Amino acid sequence: MLNIKDLHVELEEEGKQILKGVDLEVDAGKVHAIMGPNGSGKSTLSYVLSGRDGYAVTGGSATLAGEDLLELEPEERAAAGLFLAFQYPVEIPGVGNMTFLRTAVNAQRKARGEDEVSAADFLKLIRERAKALKIDADMLKRPVNVGFSGGEKKRNEILQMAMLEPKMCILDETDSGLDVDAMKLVADGVNALRGEGRGFLVITHYQRLLDHIKPDVVHIMADGRIVKTGGPELALEVENNGYADILAEVA
Amino acid sequence: MANPELKADPTAARMAAIAAPEAAAWSGAARDAAKARVRDMGLPQRRDEYWKYTRPDTLVQPDAPHAALFHNDEGPLFAELDRLKIVFVDGVFDADASDDLEMAGVRIDRLAERADIHWAAELYGTLEADGHYVPRPLAALNTAYASDGVLIHVTGKAEKPINFIYLHQDETSDVILHHLIKLDAGAEMTLLETGPAAARFNKCMEVDVADGASFHHVRAQGRDHERRAVTHSFARLGAESAFKSFTLTVNGRLTRNESVITLTGDDAIAHVAGACVGDGEFHHDDTVFVTHDAVGCESRQVFKKVLRNGAVGVFQGKILVKEGAQKTDGYQISQSLLLDDDSQFLAKPELEIYADDVACSHGSTSGAIDEEALFYLRSRGVPESEATDLLTLAFLAEAVEEIEDETLRDAIVERLQGWLERHRS
Repeated sequence: MLNIKDLHVELEEEGKQILKGVDLEVDAGKVHAIMGPNGSGKSTLSYVLSGRDGYAVTGGSATLAGEDLLELEPEERAAAGLFLAFQYPVEIPGVGNMTFLRTAVNAQRKARGEDEVSAADFLKLIRERAKALKIDADMLKRPVNVGFSGGEKKRNEILQMAMLEPKMCILDETDSGLDVDAMKLVADGVNALRGEGRGFLVITHYQRLLDHIKPDVVHIMADGRIVKTGGPELALEVENNGYADILAEVA
Repeated sequence: MANPELKADPTAARMAAIAAPEAAAWSGAARDAAKARVRDMGLPQRRDEYWKYTRPDTLVQPDAPHAALFHNDEGPLFAELDRLKIVFVDGVFDADASDDLEMAGVRIDRLAERADIHWAAELYGTLEADGHYVPRPLAALNTAYASDGVLIHVTGKAEKPINFIYLHQDETSDVILHHLIKLDAGAEMTLLETGPAAARFNKCMEVDVADGASFHHVRAQGRDHERRAVTHSFARLGAESAFKSFTLTVNGRLTRNESVITLTGDDAIAHVAGACVGDGEFHHDDTVFVTHDAVGCESRQVFKKVLRNGAVGVFQGKILVKEGAQKTDGYQISQSLLLDDDSQFLAKPELEIYADDVACSHGSTSGAIDEEALFYLRSRGVPESEATDLLTLAFLAEAVEEIEDETLRDAIVERLQGWLERHRS
């Protein structure tokens, strides 16, 4: 599904190298987790894949279902099936949450040559999916993320994911700023979307999210590279011993 | 120019160029007084402080600059709405295109009809003459030379909105219209104004809102690229009355809209709002003067401008709180969204307060599209141009939401969407 080969990335303005040869392959239907200390390049990887400005790819490749992601505009990547759940979802005053989602869903369908969803069908679907995430009608009407709590913002990200039905979901520290109940709600939302051949890349500092979203594969990232790959037990090792041991082992 | 004296005196030259209308006898004295005011003040010049940001030359010169007609496939605004239409073609009343000027709750006459109308004689030029805290000679010129206009006496609740439709067919038309609107105590009406009007349009409106009455006004200034306009709205508000006005401006080489509102009765409300979008040769000036002269009144000024390709926006807004106007609640915001580095926004917000128990706030900002928000929308699959439009409409929303009627608001939003789609980069 997602194939990343020897990806090298630097910050455009400073020329500072952040990713120094990332290799990663996420198969359809699998959940991969990336863990790693601060500054290891985890979030940069998610931004580069989604097409944010400010990064220069200096080598390597990234494809989604065979399509070269790095050649595409951010909206084209989304239409190709990539979704990034933001670590810090952006507040957009003046744009209603519902309007935003319907615009996004229909823009993607249009880009793929599909018919737009009717207003009635959309409303029915979003109500159903919002209910599962405990997002009420008021949150749907309010401007995108404006005045939302940390938990509400993250639930709203998962709602977008549920509505857009991407092939490949990247969750960038979706657990940050969440209490235990909110984390469970978010995890349930993600788990409901597992299967159907959908791939997940879950970026997190902590093992606790992975108690709820059980990964198939865990990667440790450090200094711009994936330094170790293993099963779910690798996450437990990090939780118990920290990164130091693992980093010493691979150094 | 043949006469060297006229060349030396632009005011005299302009006055000489206007064909004197066949005016009703009742307006004669007011017109003469207005002519005297024009001569005293002189028409605006570039060095005038009040015209620092907007060049008045083309509004003052004897003849109207040529303005090419503009057509696109947009239908007329508010076409679906049940309303009473009053149509002017280059300032000339078009009886065939207009509805019968009869409706429950209002009495409608025309300035050019020359019937003796007592209330109009009392109001004509009065609010304009009182509104010169700073000189507004183009308004006085209007009072002196208006060729026509609509006189509306609202005695109850107007059955439906009245729509002044200003069509433009002559590329050199120079039009002066003066409207009077008098609302009796407790009366209500909605006025709609649409269309480009003329190559050069000078419009003045005096609105007298009695106690407990409410006046709603939604205006969409025409989309002709080369038209020029100077408009003045003078309003006097009685106790517990309301004046709520919104203006949409798309295109136009030069537009200066002045609102001069005086809250004379306690607990009155005045809201003036405007949204404008300009691309290229576009200069738009909102000049607002709100005077609080009673206790417990509320005023809001909300102006938003979207500017690109060298378009220029101006805002001069003042709140004057007179001695004794306690419990005043005044709010003023003017903001521009600059879609490139070539466009400019010039703002002069002013507060002048002589009472001690008041809450007045004002703010003015200029900014670009929020890149973070743009990326967020794009990452969800919304193409850049569509995402930019969404954010632009969101920026304008605070002003557009000042329109209370949902049908009118939706019609305005649709116009804005259409404009944005046609002006994508």
